[in-house]
Amino acid sequence: MSLSPATKRYNLRMIWLWLLYAAFLLPAVYSFKHRLVSGEFAYVLAVLPAIPIIGVFATVGRYLVEESDEYLRMLMVRQTLWAGAIALSLATVWGFLESFDLVSHIASYYIAVVWFFGLAVGAIINRLTLGDGRPC
Amino acid sequence: MENRLRILRAERNWSQQDLAEKLEVSRQSVNAVETGKYDPSLPLAFRIAELFALPIEEIFVSPSRRSSKAI
Repeated sequence: MSLSPATKRYNLRMIWLWLLYAAFLLPAVYSFKHRLVSGEFAYVLAVLPAIPIIGVFATVGRYLVEESDEYLRMLMVRQTLWAGAIALSLATVWGFLESFDLVSHIASYYIAVVWFFGLAVGAIINRLTLGDGRPC
Repeated sequence: MENRLRILRAERNWSQQDLAEKLEVSRQSVNAVETGKYDPSLPLAFRIAELFALPIEEIFVSPSRRSSKAI
């Protein structure tokens, strides 16, 4: 299956962003685990892994702008709607459970993890309902 | 939306890939439109009509006309 130029750019950007994520996350985890950082630099180091993740969201948006094939664009829109619905619904449910002390606290960045999972769910739903899926 | 795309394509011996290349869309798009799973935008419908040198309504069946026939 040949990929659209926008899909190729999307895939390439994703690869670079996930590599960057690993490059930022591993030193941050190591530094905090061994108490090597403090002060303002600690804040910078803690926020660095979030930047490629924000880049992933921007890349999805960029893809929607760049994709000239309206059907492929619609597939991605459907995926992101599923991702948003799943992530926000789970975050809301968990928030209420947590506020009534029924579950333990989890870091809010897990909402992004659930969103990525939601993209995969959206791709599966596209495959099941339209017979077409695009890579997440 | 019901359409005659598959017939028109077959008359010209074009594969879905051939038509996709002529319309500058993916083969998936052609398949989705052809099978009625996806209704093309007006600009894409016009591109298809211009490619086959036919009015849009000779390629795509109007949903309202189709339902009035059913009645």
